[in-house]
Amino acid sequence: MSGEAAAMAIPPHPASDPARPLVEVRGVVKHFDLGGHFLQRERPTVKAINDVSLTVRRGEAFCLVGESGCGKSTLARIVMGLLTPTAGEIHFDGTRIDGLRHKARMPFHRRMQMIFQNPYASLNPRRTVQQTLEEPLRFHSPALSDAEVKAKVEQVMVSVGNDPSWGNRYPHEFSGGQRQRISIARALMVDPDFVVADEPISALDVSIQAQVLNVMMDTREKLDLTYLFITHDLSVVRHFGTRVGVMYLGTVCELADTATLFENPRHPYTRILLSAIPRVSTEEMQPPGLPGEVPSAMNLPSGCVFHDRCPLANARCSAEVPKPLPQADGTLVACHAVEEGRETPGG
Amino acid sequence: MALLDVHDLVVEFPTRHGTLTALNGISFAVDKGERLGIVGESGAGKSVAAFAVLNLLTRPGRIAGGSIVFEGRDLTTLSRAQMRGVRGNRISMIFQDPMMTLNPVLTIGTQMVETLKAHRDISDAEAKRIAIQRLGEVKIPSPDKRMASYPHELSGGMRQRVVIAIALLTEPSLIVADEPTTALDVTIQAEIMSLMLALCKSHGVGLILITHDLAVVSQVTQRVVVLYAGRVVESGRTDRVVHNPVHPYTRGLLAALPGEGEPGARLNQIRGNMPSLNAIPSGCPFNPRCDHVLDDCRAALPPLDDLDGHLVRCIRARELMTGRAA
Ligand SMILES: Nc1ncnc2c1ncn2[C@@H]1O[C@H](COP(=O)(O)OP(=O)(O)OP(=O)(O)O)[C@@H](O)[C@H]1O
Ligand SMILES: Nc1ncnc2c1ncn2[C@@H]1O[C@H](COP(=O)(O)OP(=O)(O)OP(=O)(O)O)[C@@H](O)[C@H]1O
Ligand code: SF4
Ligand SMILES: [Mg+2]
Ligand SMILES: [Mg+2]
Repeated sequence: MSGEAAAMAIPPHPASDPARPLVEVRGVVKHFDLGGHFLQRERPTVKAINDVSLTVRRGEAFCLVGESGCGKSTLARIVMGLLTPTAGEIHFDGTRIDGLRHKARMPFHRRMQMIFQNPYASLNPRRTVQQTLEEPLRFHSPALSDAEVKAKVEQVMVSVGNDPSWGNRYPHEFSGGQRQRISIARALMVDPDFVVADEPISALDVSIQAQVLNVMMDTREKLDLTYLFITHDLSVVRHFGTRVGVMYLGTVCELADTATLFENPRHPYTRILLSAIPRVSTEEMQPPGLPGEVPSAMNLPSGCVFHDRCPLANARCSAEVPKPLPQADGTLVACHAVEEGRETPGG
Repeated sequence: MALLDVHDLVVEFPTRHGTLTALNGISFAVDKGERLGIVGESGAGKSVAAFAVLNLLTRPGRIAGGSIVFEGRDLTTLSRAQMRGVRGNRISMIFQDPMMTLNPVLTIGTQMVETLKAHRDISDAEAKRIAIQRLGEVKIPSPDKRMASYPHELSGGMRQRVVIAIALLTEPSLIVADEPTTALDVTIQAEIMSLMLALCKSHGVGLILITHDLAVVSQVTQRVVVLYAGRVVESGRTDRVVHNPVHPYTRGLLAALPGEGEPGARLNQIRGNMPSLNAIPSGCPFNPRCDHVLDDCRAALPPLDDLDGHLVRCIRARELMTGRAA
């Protein structure tokens, strides 16, 4: 049987409005309460995500960037329903999905898949590639015949550039890039429309990164996939992303089309981040001009979370939280200096 | 005379299934105050090279051939005790994980003072003064207060800066840094690498920077060695190698970087994978992955050709250099 017939055996997605954003994150907050003693009046709280809103349109490769600990993975896990937000809502294709009970969530489970950073840990070492790939399909489409399942496995393996004969081998027999392509194949087995990829290439060598990124770009086009791509590597964002959200300490400080962000970064943090990207160049490495350390998410700075490291901060910045304001080209920037058109801390 | 001259170094790992040759006759040199990069993908042999230079290979790894002449002495002939006098004294090491260097149960002040006193006959007060000065040099805020901190009280970036301060304590002539910023964020990486660059220059210290990141190497080092499957495939002045790479492997690595092409375009991937040590192809080790391969490439290992100071191990090097290869 052909791969096409196998694909048809899966029920098509319910009619959805192509103009509607696929994913909407509305005012999401996530606090983690740490142990502490129950008699302690104030137990320490990690304020990991602080009022984040964004939309991912159909067909996009939306990238979240920012430095370690800024909340990228936490936000991704909330979108996937692996964590419950402290406040705010997640909508998927028009339906509010945060807090949905197990059964009501099932159809969304199939449509939203996740790929993780570590291709070594995310595949079960005791299962063959074939078993790993069949499992999600048999779970979500129990009515499929063995032949249909096999045909689908073959079709997906080919679509991500894997040799279909790998089926009866085990993960340890593959290189990092090959394993990550198997993880991608597993995510694609159930015909998702949305894939969250959390640092999918960070652990790989450059030449292997290129392989995996190419597969992700191909599948996005061929299978009409929408990606939420998490990375700390800005050159990957520039290459792969359609839009970018730049995060700092649990907030989105700038949200823009990729080309716009790289041509005209506006938030002071974005500017510093872009200037720190190492480039193949004979110019010597320069310090990034970012004083101090990232503050603790347990003790957020008042006002703008970036104010104590920002070259443009003034009194308003330490008092008032800046709102994400739309610029003429649609970019959202949360910065008082940008709002006021200041290039210095003063007036 | 070079500060460090590694000649025809061979490192082997005997295993139950035979002997694996991790480094197969590599040579490189570092002049006084010079910064050298060693690049290549995972498994190329970068760390083994660093560990061999420091005589830190763990059993059963062994140096099976070649010489490592540092400040006029061949380190491969030194006893363990003699080597301890060199390592952490004339040569300092910085690892990817700062906790390889730092002791979690001692304050950083104690560690620095002990390190200094082990190497020099000085008073506690003098050692403390030097330690604080070094912490200031690596931009640790309020260094006098930070002396009392334990490693776990510092961020990853701060810990690595403390490690750099410790590396400089004994006024070494060479620092070997194995992926010192790979685990850190870009801004912290830029902070630390620019700091190392400045300190190497101001103290006249030589540096061997091991990394898989060609961009970092291009912005920090003066010369570079590209390793593939335990052999040098290209080496020369960094600007020449990164702007006019000749070996198909080096070209492939540079072309695969996402920063280089048009956004959204297919990236140039190198097909296949780095071979494992028990399955290195005969002839040119890169031949199964190479776009320029000829029958002769499979016949014999190409020599390291000297093209005006730019060394390339490829039989088509001259054609590739002048752009005549198809
Ligand atoms: N289960 C948890 N309990 C307590 N704190 C947590 C938990 N998960 C995450 N955090 C904290 O939330 C913040 C955001 O973490 P998150 O893992 O989302 O960051 P990230 O941007 O993905 O970082 P990285 O680039 O290092 O993966 C951090 O301060 C982290 O320590
Ligand atoms: N103790 C050991 N026993 C057997 N083989 C070893 C041992 N240590 C290293 N090797 C092998 O030597 C080769 C070179 O390893 P090395 O750690 O130097 O690579 P590398 O270039 O530093 O890679 P990475 O970028 O992953 O750090 C690898 O094939 C590795 O498997
Ligand atoms: S020697 Fe041959 S196979 Fe090796 S890099 Fe040169 S052209 Fe390619
Ligand atoms: Mg993360
Ligand atoms: Mg290594």
